[in-house]
Amino acid sequence: MEAELKEMLNDLDSLKQSLPDPSNHASIHKLQSRVEHLTKLAKSAPVRRTKVQDMSAEVVDSNPYSRLMALQRMGIVENYERIRDFSVAIVGIGGVGSVAAEMLTRCGIGRLLLYDYDKVELANMNRLFFRPEQVGMTKTDAASQTLSDINPDVVLESFTLNITTVQGFETFMSSLRNKSFCPNKEGSGVDLVLSCVDNYEARMAVNQACNELNQTWMESGVSEDAVSGHIQLLIPGETACFACAPPLVVASGVDERTLKREGVCAASLPTTMGVVAGLLVQNTLKFLLQFGHVSPYLGYNSLKDFFPTMEMRPNPQCSNAACLERQKECLLAKPAKDAAIRAKMEAEALLVPEGPLHDDNEWNISVVDDEELERTDATSSDALPEGLTRELPPADEFQKFSAAEPTTTTFDDIEELRKQLDALNA
Amino acid sequence: MEGWDPNTKSTLTQIPLLTTKAGPRDGAAWTTRLKEEYKALIAYTQMNKSNDNDWFRISAANSEGTRWTGKCWYVHNLLKYEFDLQFDIPVTYPSTAPELELPQLDGKTQKMYRGGKICLTVHFKPLWAKNSPRFGIAHALCLGLAPWLAAEVPILVDSGMIKHKDDATSTSES
Ligand SMILES: [Zn+2]
Repeated sequence: MEAELKEMLNDLDSLKQSLPDPSNHASIHKLQSRVEHLTKLAKSAPVRRTKVQDMSAEVVDSNPYSRLMALQRMGIVENYERIRDFSVAIVGIGGVGSVAAEMLTRCGIGRLLLYDYDKVELANMNRLFFRPEQVGMTKTDAASQTLSDINPDVVLESFTLNITTVQGFETFMSSLRNKSFCPNKEGSGVDLVLSCVDNYEARMAVNQACNELNQTWMESGVSEDAVSGHIQLLIPGETACFACAPPLVVASGVDERTLKREGVCAASLPTTMGVVAGLLVQNTLKFLLQFGHVSPYLGYNSLKDFFPTMEMRPNPQCSNAACLERQKECLLAKPAKDAAIRAKMEAEALLVPEGPLHDDNEWNISVVDDEELERTDATSSDALPEGLTRELPPADEFQKFSAAEPTTTTFDDIEELRKQLDALNA
Repeated sequence: MEGWDPNTKSTLTQIPLLTTKAGPRDGAAWTTRLKEEYKALIAYTQMNKSNDNDWFRISAANSEGTRWTGKCWYVHNLLKYEFDLQFDIPVTYPSTAPELELPQLDGKTQKMYRGGKICLTVHFKPLWAKNSPRFGIAHALCLGLAPWLAAEVPILVDSGMIKHKDDATSTSES
């Protein structure tokens, strides 16, 4: 196409030369500049960038990682390039998950695992990331397409499945266990699971998988009225799991009774979802690259621009059996872990010679004590900080109710029962 | 039981409660739970029939009892509207309720998530959570699907989104 455009320019030039009347020159000149513009457009046709062997800190236009590696130069992050060793699983590629995936892709994460069963719809266009021409594609395919264009260095694996079904859940578990990307890694095959799903059922399924695999994960959510959201760090056995207590929600300050729910399921805003995705990935980067403070819980109330925080200990009466096992392991490992933390803190105190902040020896100890005091038990809902409430009530003690069952246990064979229902259905 | 109509309330209290806390990944305990599910469904269906309020058919679509399919219907202006009904038992059942799907109505009402999963009222999930694991499939149908049909079918019919099957032949409605 470029050659043809060039010929056209030449033709126009000779036409201009051959015309004796200069009054026509202006319109020919206009045509020429339009062809020149077209030539420029043709030259800027999409080019895929090639893979990069090593992350370079060199500051040149062609280096996609120069501004990220600057974090290391500035001393914010100790070793940024480690990001290429990490695997992150993102469950739910919707308004939050897709944006989180793009952020991690641009940061040069090593490997992303994407899970969703949905397709892209025009109704999703009020959110970021997906484009109208992707309507009808599965969210996992559409996301892989865009993400591999943005950064071909990232290893992408996508799974089009529903993790709440028995089969989907098994595939989900085995994909997390797979260690082919980093065979020497301890534990599972991923460093972090991000839950970006929009419903309680799927969150409980992620919780189940992570408790069973002893997998650290982060929860994220945006309220159905689109004006608040939260992120939460969950370390099996160490922090409250998602089933330890009814889920927390950020109170929007809007009275539930005045909220008009007739005719709608849920609202959504690209802003709230973008903010939550940003908070989630920021916490992810801090967790993976070990800088700053990793938030155990961070809420976002957009109406008041209020960000409640809190910490939750696991519930020793949690209904999730895998959670109780992790809690037991954690208790056994606690003395050794505490000693290691103390040793690390002492070593760090020695490294800073006489900084004004560290001249007081008691400082380290008092911080630990404060943290202990601030932590809430997952069971004591009355101890919730301002601006947070529980979404669901706790389960009743169900032993009390077992008397309600009729004692006609003559039919105790499952096939008999099935036949009996079929007979009623006939 | 704030927010429920007295009819739903009285029906609900007559459905046998379940006792086994087990999901589809729990082996023998799931079989025990499945027996309880059948007993509750049998009792509920019998009760509906004797009250002249028969409104659904449901049966397990696989031998593990993790997928269920059937039909449900609702009578509006003396005409019966019937829909396919399906759902999976989630891995975290009975801590979480099954998500009931009416695939034929997908995209026809705002009160539905994608894939045809019905959008339950604000009252459903708290009540389910409070009563877990005593509520089963029969309770989910009674508390979730019955009120949804009663609220949404008249709107769908009146707005022309769905047509009665006798009219459908002339307008080639699927
Ligand atoms: Zn727990």
